[in-house]
Amino acid sequence: MSAPWIAVGQILVLVAALAAVHLPLGGYLAHVFMSPRHLRIERAGYRALRVDPDADQRWSMYLLSLLGFSLASVLLLFGLERLQDRLPLSLGAPAMDPAGAWNTAVSFTTNTNWQWYSGEVSAGHLLQMAGLTVQNFASAAVGITVVVALIRGFARSGGGGRVGNFWSDLVRAVVRVLLPLAVVAALALIATGVIQNFAAHTEVTTLAGGGQHLLGGPVASQEAIKELGTNGGGFFNANSAHPFENPTPVSNLLEIFLLLAIPFSLPRTFGIMVGDRRQGWAILAAMGTLWLVAVGLLTWAELSGPGAVPQAAGAAMEGKETRFGLAASALFAASTTATSTGAVNATHDSLTAPGGGVALFNMMLGEVSPGGTGSGLYGMLVLAIVAVFLAGLMVGRTPEYLGKKIGRPEITVVALYVLTVPAIILVGTAVAIATPDGRAGILNAGPHGLSEVLYAFTSAGNNNGSAFAGLAVATPFYNTALGLAMLLGRFVPIALVLALAGRFAGQTTTPAGAGTLPTHGPLFVGLLVVVALVLVGLTYIPVLSLGAIAEALA
Amino acid sequence: MSSTLMDPADPAEPVGPMSSDASPSPRAEVRRRATGRQGLGPRQLAVALPAALRKLDPRELRRSPVMFVVEVGAAACTVLTVVSPGVFAVSITAWLWATVVFATLAESVAESRGKAQAASLRASQAQTTARKVTAPQDILEYTGGLAALPTTEVPSASLHVGDVVVVAAGETIPGDGDVIEGIASVDESAITGESAPVIRESGGDRSAVTGGTTVLSDRVVVRITAPAGHTFVDRMIALVEGSERRKTPNEVALNVLLTSLTIIFLLAVATLQPFAVYSGARQSLLVLVALLVCLIPTTIGALLSAIGIAGMDRLVQRNVLAMSGRAVEAAGDVDVLLLDKTGTITLGNRQAAELIPVEGVEPAILADAAQLSSMADETPEGRSILVLVKERHGLRARESGELVGAELVAFTARTRMSGLNLPAGGQGPRSGGPDGGSQDGVRRIRKGAAAAVTSWVHSTGGHAGPDTARIVDAISASGGTPLVVAEQLGSAPARVLGVVHLKDVVKQGLRERFAELRAMGIRTVMVTGDNAVTARAIALEAGVDDVLAEATPEDKLALIRREQAGGRLVAMAGDGTNDAPALAQADVGVAMNTGTTAAKEAGNMVDLDSNPTKLIEIVQIGKQLLITRGALTTFSIANDVAKYFAILPAMFVLVFPQLEVLNVMGLSSPRSAILSAVVFNALIIIALIPLSLRGVRYRPAAAAVMLRRNLLLYGAGGLIAPFVGIKAIDLLVSLLPGIS
Repeated sequence: MSAPWIAVGQILVLVAALAAVHLPLGGYLAHVFMSPRHLRIERAGYRALRVDPDADQRWSMYLLSLLGFSLASVLLLFGLERLQDRLPLSLGAPAMDPAGAWNTAVSFTTNTNWQWYSGEVSAGHLLQMAGLTVQNFASAAVGITVVVALIRGFARSGGGGRVGNFWSDLVRAVVRVLLPLAVVAALALIATGVIQNFAAHTEVTTLAGGGQHLLGGPVASQEAIKELGTNGGGFFNANSAHPFENPTPVSNLLEIFLLLAIPFSLPRTFGIMVGDRRQGWAILAAMGTLWLVAVGLLTWAELSGPGAVPQAAGAAMEGKETRFGLAASALFAASTTATSTGAVNATHDSLTAPGGGVALFNMMLGEVSPGGTGSGLYGMLVLAIVAVFLAGLMVGRTPEYLGKKIGRPEITVVALYVLTVPAIILVGTAVAIATPDGRAGILNAGPHGLSEVLYAFTSAGNNNGSAFAGLAVATPFYNTALGLAMLLGRFVPIALVLALAGRFAGQTTTPAGAGTLPTHGPLFVGLLVVVALVLVGLTYIPVLSLGAIAEALA
Repeated sequence: MSSTLMDPADPAEPVGPMSSDASPSPRAEVRRRATGRQGLGPRQLAVALPAALRKLDPRELRRSPVMFVVEVGAAACTVLTVVSPGVFAVSITAWLWATVVFATLAESVAESRGKAQAASLRASQAQTTARKVTAPQDILEYTGGLAALPTTEVPSASLHVGDVVVVAAGETIPGDGDVIEGIASVDESAITGESAPVIRESGGDRSAVTGGTTVLSDRVVVRITAPAGHTFVDRMIALVEGSERRKTPNEVALNVLLTSLTIIFLLAVATLQPFAVYSGARQSLLVLVALLVCLIPTTIGALLSAIGIAGMDRLVQRNVLAMSGRAVEAAGDVDVLLLDKTGTITLGNRQAAELIPVEGVEPAILADAAQLSSMADETPEGRSILVLVKERHGLRARESGELVGAELVAFTARTRMSGLNLPAGGQGPRSGGPDGGSQDGVRRIRKGAAAAVTSWVHSTGGHAGPDTARIVDAISASGGTPLVVAEQLGSAPARVLGVVHLKDVVKQGLRERFAELRAMGIRTVMVTGDNAVTARAIALEAGVDDVLAEATPEDKLALIRREQAGGRLVAMAGDGTNDAPALAQADVGVAMNTGTTAAKEAGNMVDLDSNPTKLIEIVQIGKQLLITRGALTTFSIANDVAKYFAILPAMFVLVFPQLEVLNVMGLSSPRSAILSAVVFNALIIIALIPLSLRGVRYRPAAAAVMLRRNLLLYGAGGLIAPFVGIKAIDLLVSLLPGIS
């Protein structure tokens, strides 16, 4: 079978699986966050945390709880990394240096999972399990809580700015959603050959007499949540290109499915919770369109293999696993950058120039197609508000989305949101490119070198976590700067989204009528897609023209 | 549709045009001519230029962050050009300044239209002398005989609230106030442009007078309600001049978004230099500023304030004064329109529509009796009976002199009947009773409310008969008002002849307008004091969505609160003092200029024509204002795509020759490309000034339809237009020496 057919075939299988699963999963998620009842195990958790899960928090309290939880997470993770050598199960890994520990602590708490280190050398089993995997659950759940609070803001009318209870949302997201799904996913991954053991890394002698470093560890359990929670932090340095993490084309497709499952289901949850499923369909359609276009472009770029080297070699196979091939690598790359996952099954540095450009642009869109767990949907909803504000005026009314008027306070918050991540990325990249410390890490000269730095800050600022590779980032400069980018890129938007949720929750909902801008239907979906492309894309076109575009046209 | 509606022969009061591109009402047209409003021409631009240049003051320009950034950029480029002049540098700098000037020009052209009107208003503001009543406060409180009290002449500017003045025929009313004694006809043309005098009288809902208007006849005593300098005309002048203009909520919100876009592009351009340096393509500041100015939303940034001023101006052209821009915007958002039945939906009065005789009575006999009974009836209803009788039954009108010895019985609240008594031998066909000429011979004809006439018939020993009740009930059920006509010959028992069907006459064209409003998502509620049955029948005929029957002012207020609690915005028109609470509560409250001071204070708009139907036009103007803003914002942002294709390849084609592929317009040289983009960016502002002053074409339609049309026009148009425009400019610019 030729490559294009493989590409189309696996996309069809993936789309069919997602189509089948997003209805029940989205519905289940809605049920989880709307149900007034607590499970017994959850009650025990609330007692231990000494929180009242039924207290309806104002948005500011919700945000403070979230920030407190995240701060505690960063500190715990930082401690684990710094003290790793004195704790059991370290497998001889040394303590991380302060800049590196800061970077990793922030990275996993912000759902970025940027990894400057290689897991098999720098992280023992205890850090992997008690630190990194725990944050894989927690940070994914935090993203979901934020979008749930925003949806409640839309759904409530005159609620005095109360948006739910952070602790209850967090615990439910972990206990009722992520844990059970991760268990099932881990078992499925084990079935495809992903390892799950407690063995230390061992040195073995092969039959041929050579030496081989044989790795072990609880990989499948981390791999499942790595994809499911759009985390992306690999157990090993090679991430999903490593055969123990991702052994076969089947496990490859399964992992892509897992990282898309929750982000593509949340629009359904949104539709149900706001009481108008068509709204969910519209958001899903916009996300799906952007994702499909990216997948199509990236697959085309890799399959056609433009550039001198791929032409000479016959295919753009540099940096790709032969057991996956071009199409599966392209599909993975497009999906992992579109979802803020950042797991990789190929070296993105080695993608063709247009292919790498698509991966970069996917992240630049703000991780909304479909984006991370929770963060993708709230990012898209903010864009929807921008679209409504621009176009909504054209029907002759003060713009409103889901019955909530977009006035000065609301658009101020939205404007700050839209501003934040581009500012982080552009300023960060400019500083890196203008300073010797930053330029020192660049591997390739010319436009590709610029792309390396731009990719790093884009990945960090958007909490994706994938690396272009090439760039040497294990330096105090990059660890500190990218750590800051991740931290600001995560929590500034979250604070703004929660503020928006509070504003909306306090507003009386205007009932929809014939004069209301319809925010469902193909016209609005098209508008939303164009707003995402034009408004966000325009910001980055100048710098891209010196990087990926110049390279791709060469 | 407007041509039929505007037909002057149309018996119904003409309803204004529905689409805004049609001409406004004839009266407003007169006013437009009077204040010299014309389209945008070179003369108008020249007149507005000095004011536009004054607006270049950075302290003033700071209110528009987008244009402020352009001005700072232009200033920086000026310095650069002075240091190292050249054709390219001079051209870029000149066009950057042109961009800023075009923006301030747009605003000052918009303002100049109001200034003309303000000047004509000021003329009415000339200092006048007031005859102030000098008497202790407790005497002034007493109403009666005030005109006889001694007065002193004081300048009108020295009047205070609570002062009482006497104004006689030929004198100018010195300040805003309420008539507390007397009745007079007043010429208000200075304010309304309407030359027909209006009646102002103490008590009731027509007591308010406006300073600067002239009393034509009689004499009134007025209590001043507004201090000098804060009168209605003062406020009008401030409003139309724009000196009181504050940014409206949506304008502020849009400005926030435009500012954030400006910051994003500022960042994108500022960080581009390090990237360019890394790539070995260092850019001159001139080029970076040119890129920045082309990317930030200058088109909408330049026109935003002009759009707002022009929106208010469009209201003024229709003789509506909005006390705040906020109200104009709210008008676009209105979900519910409360319309008074009388005067808005129906013509002021009921009219006779049909005569229904009871069984056994000839129609002609009923017609005759109806005519005779209405001789003494001076009400419009009574006159409409005479008209009906003449037109439908061919009875010529009778002069009162024809009826020798007839005794007219006037309507009283007690009897609730009117009619006349004819002596024996009086004119007209007899009803032909069996004893045609009885001894007494006096013929008594009565007409009135069913209950009153029936009881009169009973009192003479007669019977109304089941037929009467049936007809009366049928008319009531259809929403009409039955008037029963009966006669008594001599001392015989009276008998019912038939029933006159009085009907509310719904204004023509309203049904279509309500249907359009419905398509726009606006619900119309008719408010009336009538009973529910009558109200529903009229509502059905007029095509309104809902009815508030037997409404008291409290009911009206409660209805508004209820709708607002459901998140809807409510608009209403009113004139009476008892409308004031509802006017204040409504999101858009339009007070009639003929109304009381209380109503005018409570509302946030005043209609000088006192035409409640104008509410509909106000809603459309509000919508048009928002649409214009949205359209130009979309257009402005869509323009950026083409500018990228012009400028980016031009900037970097030297280091990366492959970027020439992106020069899809085939612009002749990098310098020409950059200059063309800047020139287009400036010229598009001038090109869109007329649109921003006029407002985009607006036809009522459902939101989905409007969105599709406007997106196509301004979104897709905004994508394509600059490709064509920049290419065309490039063809010219490339002829300049030193550019290509």
